[in-house]
Amino acid sequence: MAGLMAGYGHYTHAVVRGIPASLAKEALRSSQTEVDLAKAVKEHEAYVEVLRTRLGLEVVELPADESLPDCVFVEDAAVVCGDTALITRPGAESRRGETEAMKGALKDLNLNIVEMTDENATLDGGDVLFTGREFFVGLSKRTNQRGAEILADAFKDYAVSTVPVLDGLHLKSFCSMGGPGLIVIGSSEPAQKALKIMQQMSDHRYDKLTVPDDLAANCIYMNLPSKGHVLLHCTAEEFPESAKVFEKLKDHMLIPVSNLEKVKVDGALTCCSVLINKKANI
Amino acid sequence: MTTEAGSETEVKEKAEESAAEPDQSEKATEDSQEVANAEVEEKEKAKVKEKEEKEGKGISRYLPTWLKKQKSQSQTSPTKEAPPTEEPVSKVTQEEEGPAPEVNGHAEEVEEKEEVKSEQVKEKEAETHSNASADTEPAKEEKVEESAEKSPEETKETTEGEGAEEETKEKEGAVEAEGEAGEGQTSIFQSPLRLVRKNKMKLVVCHVTLLDGTDFTCEVEKRAKGQYLFFKVCEHLNLLEKDYFGLTYQDNHDQKCWLDPTKEIKRQIRSNNWQFAFNVKFYPPDPSLLTEDITRYLLCLQLREDVASGRLPCSFVTHALLGSYTLQAEIGDYEPDQPRPLDFISQLTFAPNQNKEMEEKILELYKSHRGMTPAQADTQFLENAKKLSMYGVDLHHAKDSEGVDIMLGVCANGLLVYKDRLRINRFAWPKILKISYKRNNFYIKIRPGETEQFESTVGFKLQNHRAAKRLWKVCVENHSFFRLNAPEPPTKARFLTLGSKFRYSGRTQAQTRMASSLIDRPAPSFERTSSKRTSRSLDGAPMISITEAGRESAENGREPHLELHSDSKDHDKTQEEVLKHQASISQLKRSFMEAPPPSPPQPNQWEKRLTSSPATIRLQQQQVSLAEEIASVLFSRQTDIGLYSTAKAACIFPEPPLDAVKTTSSAATTSSAAVCSFSAPQRPLATLSTALSATEVSVPQTEAATADNTTSDTKEPAKTTEVEIEETVVVQEISRAPKPGLVTVAASPPAAPSAEQEMREQEVKVQEEAVVVEEAKPRKEESISSESESEEEAEYHPYLPVSISHTQIPEEKEEEEEQEKQEEDKTAELQVLASDASSLPAEVIQPAEETSREEEESRKEDDTETEETEKTTNAEEEKEVERETEESTDDPMVTPDEAPNGLTLPEEGVTVIDAHAEEEEEPKMNGEPSLIEAEPLPQVICCSEPPVVKTEMVTISDTFAAQKTEIATKEVPIVHTETKTITYEAAQLDGNGDGEPGVLMTAQTITSESLCTTTTTHITKTLKGGLSETRIEKRIVITGDCDIDHDQALAQAIKEAKEQHPDMSVTRVVVHKETELAEED
Repeated sequence: MAGLMAGYGHYTHAVVRGIPASLAKEALRSSQTEVDLAKAVKEHEAYVEVLRTRLGLEVVELPADESLPDCVFVEDAAVVCGDTALITRPGAESRRGETEAMKGALKDLNLNIVEMTDENATLDGGDVLFTGREFFVGLSKRTNQRGAEILADAFKDYAVSTVPVLDGLHLKSFCSMGGPGLIVIGSSEPAQKALKIMQQMSDHRYDKLTVPDDLAANCIYMNLPSKGHVLLHCTAEEFPESAKVFEKLKDHMLIPVSNLEKVKVDGALTCCSVLINKKANI
Repeated sequence: MTTEAGSETEVKEKAEESAAEPDQSEKATEDSQEVANAEVEEKEKAKVKEKEEKEGKGISRYLPTWLKKQKSQSQTSPTKEAPPTEEPVSKVTQEEEGPAPEVNGHAEEVEEKEEVKSEQVKEKEAETHSNASADTEPAKEEKVEESAEKSPEETKETTEGEGAEEETKEKEGAVEAEGEAGEGQTSIFQSPLRLVRKNKMKLVVCHVTLLDGTDFTCEVEKRAKGQYLFFKVCEHLNLLEKDYFGLTYQDNHDQKCWLDPTKEIKRQIRSNNWQFAFNVKFYPPDPSLLTEDITRYLLCLQLREDVASGRLPCSFVTHALLGSYTLQAEIGDYEPDQPRPLDFISQLTFAPNQNKEMEEKILELYKSHRGMTPAQADTQFLENAKKLSMYGVDLHHAKDSEGVDIMLGVCANGLLVYKDRLRINRFAWPKILKISYKRNNFYIKIRPGETEQFESTVGFKLQNHRAAKRLWKVCVENHSFFRLNAPEPPTKARFLTLGSKFRYSGRTQAQTRMASSLIDRPAPSFERTSSKRTSRSLDGAPMISITEAGRESAENGREPHLELHSDSKDHDKTQEEVLKHQASISQLKRSFMEAPPPSPPQPNQWEKRLTSSPATIRLQQQQVSLAEEIASVLFSRQTDIGLYSTAKAACIFPEPPLDAVKTTSSAATTSSAAVCSFSAPQRPLATLSTALSATEVSVPQTEAATADNTTSDTKEPAKTTEVEIEETVVVQEISRAPKPGLVTVAASPPAAPSAEQEMREQEVKVQEEAVVVEEAKPRKEESISSESESEEEAEYHPYLPVSISHTQIPEEKEEEEEQEKQEEDKTAELQVLASDASSLPAEVIQPAEETSREEEESRKEDDTETEETEKTTNAEEEKEVERETEESTDDPMVTPDEAPNGLTLPEEGVTVIDAHAEEEEEPKMNGEPSLIEAEPLPQVICCSEPPVVKTEMVTISDTFAAQKTEIATKEVPIVHTETKTITYEAAQLDGNGDGEPGVLMTAQTITSESLCTTTTTHITKTLKGGLSETRIEKRIVITGDCDIDHDQALAQAIKEAKEQHPDMSVTRVVVHKETELAEED
C-alpha cells in the first residue's frame, strides 16, 4: 500500500523505440553535425540492453518509424507517474506523430491515459522533471504554459511549478534526478539559475550534485529491488570531469552509458526511455 | 459622568442594538468608575488610563471623521486590550472567561451575593483592566454626540475617534467597525456578575455545523465573544487540541470568514444569522504529531470534506486510496457478507467526480485494509493526504499586476502563487518581510536574496478590500501559528505600536504541541460516524455507526458516558489553563506587534510593482519616486536605572544629500522635503520624520505638538481626505526579548496621491531621545499603542526579532549596506553643515544644474540614509555633526515627545521640557518663529522656512553616486527642487559618556512602505557603561503632490512617534523638504 511518492525510482517497465534511418539526416538538432547512424543504432542497442539485461526491466520496444526521425526519443511523447500516463503534444510539429505508438503501448500496460488535446498546449517530456515530490516543468521552446497546466491537471497530487528554460533545449538538458531528493545540475549559469528557481518554488529541500557539463547532468536514476540505487550516467569518454563527479557517489550502482551519437541530435540519456512502475502502488 | 451620558447617547444611536446592551455597558461603566474614584490606588491606574487615552489621541485627531472609524476600531481591538492588562489582565480575563460559559448555561442561577463578592475582588484585581477597558471604552462611545461638551482632557481624543466611528457606523452601517469597537467592552460585559445583576442578558441560539455534518446548537449570551462559542463547541466535541480549529461564518457576501475569538460574535457576523461551521483552521503539516486520535479524526473529517468537494484536488488513485481508508475508519473491516457493497459505497461521496470505476477501486482497496483499526486508518488517511500539494493551502482569488487571474495560497510554509493549476511563485515565510494590504491591494515585501541588494515588493489585486483584508488576516495567522515559537513573555518589552492591528490571538503550533504533550487523559472515546457529509441519506449509516461506536468503546475498555464526565472535568480545567495561557500569549504577541500606519505609495508606483511571474516580480525598492517626503524619527531610550537624561537643545541644519535648488518662501512650491531630527547627541535618538508643505510648514506642526500637550485636539480638521491609514503589524519571530530592546514603528503621515512626475521630496527626520528612568513602566507601557485599525489597510511584519544577546542575523546584510550609505550620507551632512554654519539663515544658493540622475541618486540616499547609525561610529559622526551645528546655529529645539513624556513620565517629561525651554534660543528660523504656537512648552517641531538652505548639492550627490554602484538610476526629468533641512535637537543635560562609543547590542531596521510614504525605522541598542540605550530612528518619506498636507503629515508622524515611544524623548528632528519649484524657476 504504497502511498504517494513512495518508492521513488522504482521501475518495472521501460518503453523504448528503435532508431529510424531518417534520424541521421532529418532528426531535429540544434547544431549541424553528422550523425553516424550505425554508431547511433549500436549505442542505442547498448542502452536498451542495460535496461533489459543489466537492470532486469521489462522493456517494451516500439518499432522505429521512418516518418518520425526523432521517434527514438520517447521521453518527449509521454509523462508517466504512478499509473497515470499523460500523452503529450510535442512542441515540434514533426514529432506529434510519435505519440500514437506511445499511447498504444502505455494503454497495453494498463495505465490511465490522459491525452493532451488542447491545440494551444505543447509539452515535451524532456521538460518535465519529477522529483518524487513534485513536478517542475520547463517552459521552453517546446513546452508552454498551457501544456504545463494540463500536466498539472493530470497529476493532481503534486505541485507543478514552472521554470523558465532560457538556454538549452529542455529542462532536463541540464538537470535530472540523481536520487531521492538529489538534483543533478549542470554548472552553467542558466542551469544554476534554474536550480535556484526550483529551490525557491519548492516546499522541499533538495540536495544538489553539480557537474561541470550541463549535458552530463542528464542521468537516469532508479531504485531497483535487488540493486538499490542505480545511476546511468555519462561516460568518462564524453565528459571526463563530470564522470569523475558521478564516480564519487558511493551508494549508487554506477553504470556509464555512452551517448556520443544521439547527443548530436540533442538526445540525452533520459530521452530514450519512458520508465514505468507497474504494480506500483495498489 | 461623561460616561453615563455617553451610554445613553449610545442607546439612541444604536437602534439596532438591544436595549439591554447599553444598560449593561452603562452599568459596567458605572461600576468601574465608582470603584475607580473610590480607591486611592486609582492614581496609578489613572495614569494608565491617561496613557491609554493619550494613545487614543494618536493620529485620529488629524484624520477626517470617516477615517477615524478605522482608528477607533483599532483602539478597541484586542491589541489594546491586552497591552494594558499584561499579567494582571490575563488573570482577569481568565476569571471572567472561565465563569462566563457557566453563566450562559445557567445564567439566571447565579446568585447575587456571590456576584457582589466576587465583583469586588475582581474589581481590585482588575482595576487596571476596568480602567482601561471599561472607563475608556464606554466613554468613547458616548462622546459621539457630546464630544463638544465634554471635558477636553479626558475624553477629547477618544471622543473624536469614537464619534467618527459612530457616525460611520450609522451611515455606512459598518457593522464590523462596531463589532471591533465593542470588543474592548466585551470582557466587562461578559463578566457574569454584571450580566446577572442586570438580568438583561440576552441569549442567542447558535447553530454550529460540525465536521461530521451534524448540527450543534447552543445558547450564548448575545455579547459573547467568539472564543466562548468556540470553547463550547470544543467542549461538546471533547477536543483538547483545539488550536488547529476555528469557527467560520458566512459574511454578507457569502464569504467564509473566521470568527475572531477575541471579538464579540455579534459584531462579526453582521447579520442575525447565528450560523457557524467548525473547521480546521491550521492544517498540521505532520498529523502524526498530533497527540490525540480524536484530533486526527476531526482533521480527517475536514479533509474528507475538502477532498470530496474538490477543494483538495487529488488524483484518481489517491481518491480511491483515501476513500478506502475512510471506509475502514468509519465502518471497520470489510464484511464479505455485506450485500452489494458497491451500492453502499456509491451512496457516499468521496470525490467530486466520483464514478463507478473509482468506487470499485475504493472497494478493492478497502478490502485490503482488513484488520486496521479506525485510528490506524485515520493515520494512513492523513499520511497520504498530507502529501498532497494543496494540503493546507488556503486559496484566494487575485490578479497580478497585469490583471491576470491568479490564486494566492496561504499555507504553513508561506505564500504560494498559482496561475491556473501551476505554481508560478512561492514566498516562504522567512523570505517575507512585510505583509500589508491597502484597499483591495495586497502586498508582500520580500527580503533581498543573496545577490540582490534591495528588498522588493510584490503586489496583488484582490477582488475588493474585504478580500484583501481576509487574505491578510489569514497570512498573519498562518505565519504566527506556524512560524512563531512560544516566546516567554518579554517582561517589559515595550514595543512601539502604531495603530492597532489584527493579529493571531491563539496559540502557535509550537505552543499547542507543548500543551498537547501535557495532555493527560485516557483517550476519549468518540464515535466515528459515517459522516453526514458523505452520506447522501443512507439508511444503513446509522447502523454502521452504532457498531462502530460499540467497537470503539470496547477498545478503550470504558463506558463512553462515564468517560465523558471525567473528561469534561479535565476539560474544564484545561480550558481555564488554556485561557490563561492564551491570554498571556496574546499579550506577548501584542507586544510584538506593531502597526505603523501605512504609508501609501503612489498608486502608479504600486502598479508598476505588481507582478505576477517570478521573473517580473521583483522590483527594486529603492526606486524612489520623484516626489517624496522623508521623515525620520529617532527615538532613544535608556533602560538603566535611575538615569535621567535631558536633552540638549541644539539646532542643526544638516544638509540632505539632495539636489537643492532654490527656496522660495512662496507657496509656489508644491512639494517639500522636510527632515526634522531631534537628537540628543549621545543619547539614543529617535527620529521621526514627516513631511511638510513648503508653504505652511510650521504652523500646522506646531499645532500638532500642542495637541500633544493636551491642548485642544479637535482643532485639526484633518484636511487629508485622501489619506488612508494602513495597519501594520510587526511580528517578531523571537522567542524572547529580555529587555525592551526592539521594535519599530512607522508612522505614516497621510498623503495624497501625487502625480508621478512631480518631484517633491520631503524629508522629515525627527530624532527623539527618550531617556527613561529605570522604572520604565513595566506593564503600563504595553498599553501604548495608538491603535488605528483601518479597514482599508494593514501591514504585518514577519520578523525575526533581535534579542540582546544576539545580533540580528537575518538583516545584517541590509544593515551593513545601509550603514555604508549612512556613512556616506553623514559625510554629506557634514559638508553641508559646514556651509550652514557659516551662514545662519543659511541660504546657500547654488547654481541649479541638477541632472536628473543626481536627483535620483540623492533620493535614494535619502532613503537609505534613514537607517541611522547602528554603530557607534556612525553615532559619533552624527554627534560631531550635531555639535557643529549646535555651535554655529541657534535654533529652537523641538521636543515633540513632551506629550508622551508628560503623560507617562511626568517628571521626566517636565525636565526635558524645561531644559529645552532654557536652552532654547530664540527660534530664529527664517524669521518665522511661528512654530511655537502659544505652546506652554516650546514644542517646535518644525520650522516653516527659517533654516532653509537653498543649496544645490550636485557635488555631493555625485560623489555618492560614484560610490554607490548599485543604485539603479532612473531616468528622471530635470526638475528644480527646493531642499530644506531643519534639525532640532533636544537639549541634553546629561553630559556623561557622550564620547563613549558603547557596545552595540542589537540593531534592527524595519521598513514599511505604502502608497505615499515610506517609513523606515531603525532601532539600535547599545550598551554604554551600565546603560543600555535604545535608539530608534524613524525616517518617513512622504511622496506626494501639492495636495498633501505636509504639515499635518509631519505633525502626525511626530505625534505618532511620540505616542509610540512615550518613554522616550525626542532628541532630534530633522525635516528635509525638497520641493519642486515651478518650471519658471
